[in-house]
Amino acid sequence: MVALEGISKAFDSAPVLRGVSFAFPERAVTALSGPSGSGKTTLLNIMLGLVAPDEGAVRMPVGARMAAVFQEDRLIEHFSAARNLRLTTPKDISDREILEALRELDLAPDDQKRVAKYSGGMRRRVAIARAALFKPDVLLLDEPFTGLDEDARRRAVEFLKRRCGSATVVLVSHDRDEAALMGAVGELRLDGEGGGRA
Amino acid sequence: MKPISTSPKTKNRLLRAGAIAFWLAAWQLLSMAVKQELLLVSPVSACKTLIRLMGERAFYDAVLGSFGRILAGFALGGALAVVLAALARAFFPVRVLLGPLMSTVKATPVASFVILALIWIRSTNLSVFISFLMVLPITYANVLDGLDGADPKLLEMAKVFRVRIPGRVRAIYAPAAFPMLLTAVRVSLGMCWKAGIAAEVIAQPKNSIGSALQQAKLFFATPEMFAWTLATILLSVLFEHAAVLLITALRRRMEGRSWSR
Repeated sequence: MVALEGISKAFDSAPVLRGVSFAFPERAVTALSGPSGSGKTTLLNIMLGLVAPDEGAVRMPVGARMAAVFQEDRLIEHFSAARNLRLTTPKDISDREILEALRELDLAPDDQKRVAKYSGGMRRRVAIARAALFKPDVLLLDEPFTGLDEDARRRAVEFLKRRCGSATVVLVSHDRDEAALMGAVGELRLDGEGGGRA
Repeated sequence: MKPISTSPKTKNRLLRAGAIAFWLAAWQLLSMAVKQELLLVSPVSACKTLIRLMGERAFYDAVLGSFGRILAGFALGGALAVVLAALARAFFPVRVLLGPLMSTVKATPVASFVILALIWIRSTNLSVFISFLMVLPITYANVLDGLDGADPKLLEMAKVFRVRIPGRVRAIYAPAAFPMLLTAVRVSLGMCWKAGIAAEVIAQPKNSIGSALQQAKLFFATPEMFAWTLATILLSVLFEHAAVLLITALRRRMEGRSWSR
């Protein structure tokens, strides 16, 4: 079970999150919503262990593997797409599987170009492939489909469902259609004043 | 008639060649005005003497001797600086501990080091040690700056995806440190040669440019002094180019490696 227990966080004494508690349904998608600046990304960063909460704790299953599609692509610019994926993918995932993932996302698997030369949509797809190939138990998606056209978005959603079907997924998106497309079963809404409700 | 167009690179090279020609002409005119080769040798005389020296075996013995010692000092200092910078980046107490040491090494006059080191070190190895000291603090500071400049968002990504240290070095730290390393090499190599030869002048090791310079000074052989100086400048420039090429090739090799395990 992934759960938030009374998470509070303030930046420069301005509270962003105030006692947020929530139990994420296991192996299902939960939408994380709220107005801009309501602390969605901060909450994801706390869950990833990148930011320490001022109060409260995140409960995770022991040894759970977490992956994320960050708001920015965070790719290694001078690496090719395949090399970016090889860097983060566990050793037991074969090179062939990496190439197959790229193909599924409509990216040329034998492309040796640096990702710095890729378009925004292509880079986004590489970031999605990276998260999925990590075989996460918990997957945090921070506006993962930004910059993708309708068709690419549909493909990416199918890809994530197929590859991460057994993961507990938290999806930040301003688009209700995206949450529906991903099959979100619950929602944690941050109210912009630090609070959150299911 | 079709106008002749030059690329920016060619134009830059022509400008640099023009600047060198200007200063050589100024040197020639000044020596003609002074009219005393003992005080100021003309560039033509210096080049003639250099060509004559190049016909002697002793020249190559001295050049190879100095080159070997300075290269050894440079390589040792550079390698240790990179290792120490990596440790300082990884462990804050190491950074705190090394801070005053590196500042002291950087600020201490070369002459003080030479005099102190002569008590402990054989004259043959003095220029190795002095070159080592020249390159160490500069490379350390630059590489550490480069490592500190590594993209924090990429480091977070690496943490989340459990990327191991060698992977982090190849993907994130090395690209951040390479430009600073190149700058350090460019700055410190010239200093290595200057300080290394100065150390040789004082320590007088066998087969060295420093000893040859000192001999030339004792016999008032001004053209030879200029010729040896010219040889040192040329060697320093060649060495710098070779080192920059080597580091650039290393960087390309790391960036262009095959992706597959």
